[in-house]
Amino acid sequence: MKIPTQLRTLSGGQAELSVDGASDLRELLGKIKAEHPDLTDRLLDDNGEIRRFVNIYVGEEDVRFLEGLDTKVEDGNLVSILPAVAGG
Amino acid sequence: MARVEKLECRECGRTYEAAPIYVCDFCFAPLEPVYDYGTIAGRMSRESIKAGPESIWRYVDLLPVDSETPRIDIGAGFTPLLKADRLGKALGIDNLYIKNDTANPTHSFKDRVVSVALTVARQMGFDTVACASTGNLANAVAAHAARAGLRSFVFIPANLEQNKIVTTAIYGGNVIAVDGNYDHVNKLCSEIAQKGEWGFVNVNLRPFYSEGSKTLAFEVTEQLGWQAPDHVVVPVASGSLLTKFRKGLEELHKVGITDAAPHTKVHAAQALGCSPVVTAIKSGVDTIRPVRPDTIAKSLAIGNPADGYYAVSAVNDTGGMGEDVTDEEIVSAIRLLASTEGVFAETAGGVTIGALKKMAESGAFKPGESVVALITGMGLKTAEALTGRVGPNVHISGDLEKFEEEMRLLSAYE
Repeated sequence: MKIPTQLRTLSGGQAELSVDGASDLRELLGKIKAEHPDLTDRLLDDNGEIRRFVNIYVGEEDVRFLEGLDTKVEDGNLVSILPAVAGG
Repeated sequence: MARVEKLECRECGRTYEAAPIYVCDFCFAPLEPVYDYGTIAGRMSRESIKAGPESIWRYVDLLPVDSETPRIDIGAGFTPLLKADRLGKALGIDNLYIKNDTANPTHSFKDRVVSVALTVARQMGFDTVACASTGNLANAVAAHAARAGLRSFVFIPANLEQNKIVTTAIYGGNVIAVDGNYDHVNKLCSEIAQKGEWGFVNVNLRPFYSEGSKTLAFEVTEQLGWQAPDHVVVPVASGSLLTKFRKGLEELHKVGITDAAPHTKVHAAQALGCSPVVTAIKSGVDTIRPVRPDTIAKSLAIGNPADGYYAVSAVNDTGGMGEDVTDEEIVSAIRLLASTEGVFAETAGGVTIGALKKMAESGAFKPGESVVALITGMGLKTAEALTGRVGPNVHISGDLEKFEEEMRLLSAYE
């Protein structure tokens, strides 16, 4: 999982975290939470849903267009976290 | 002197120095410049505005640029506010105005935001500026960068209208066509912006950039004799313009330029093929469900609007409404506006007028209330949308007899 600059203080300065053996995004975030609980708190709200201004992508696709936290992940998938940007 | 000392998170209120950062580290919500309205009220007056240039820079006191920075200016703003009696009659609105922002230097309201953003980019020492764009922003960034001698990189969806590509590339900067829709282009740009080397007007300069949209509210109010309108209809893509229009109205009152607190009902217009904001308004929820855009109104085709949540709140708080229109209705509305008022709008303008029509039909506007429709971009940019729809009435060889015969035929049809 790629960590945006804004959150790297919470990933021990790492730009990428590798996670083994997760089958969907929820499980992947659960595994990251075990190591970096503050990091996942920024991504998920108190109900465990993705926060309003956080966009999580599996590959090139926003998981809101897939199955949200139930989106399947496979070995080698790149998960990115990006803030929303303004338009034009 | 710095006009903006710091940026503040819209959600949690955490503050940051005024720098090229764009979201709160904590909650990822957008950041807003913090102004000292007391000081501004002391130096800004109707007279000081009137003495300023006929451009957005007459409202410089409420823009986030340092006073000593040279402005990057090709004349954005101070566009006509037209009393639209013929269109009003067609729609049953007796006090209608068109804010004609097609009259900007690159023919859309984006010149306002870009003139501000690139001035701030220079202030922060960037030598390269960039943007993700559906076309209008691309035009404005490329032109203003050329004027300022800044290097530019403009990222567009590869399937953009041909005219919008030409009207960007002509200014000589780099144009990067990206496979996919605008949301895909945006993703790429936010990844590049993470490196922090370029001033991305709609990414890391967003808190400054979007402030330029307030000038539409300032101008409309000034042009109505320092009265805020009763209604404004705003086309919605990311939701930033609508949100900032309302902020502009509020600021004018805060600094004592307008006497009454703004009462303006702010209405949202979207294309049915991309209406996440209007859908949320109509269904009475404040969560935005992203959509995959499918509409001829490409300049509004943002499926995951960054300021959508704030746009929904602004509409609801002011008692406004949202309407969406089909591609067919967009084309009819473009033709209606052109044939009644002589203003040729791009597809986004068709969205505004199409939605305006529906709002009028639903009784949103009371007799005598002033209604302002924002026409944010010009029709030549999206002429493809009209292919096969408009053209010559008759085609003849060049002799008088043929012409007169055709005229007789035409009048027979009338």
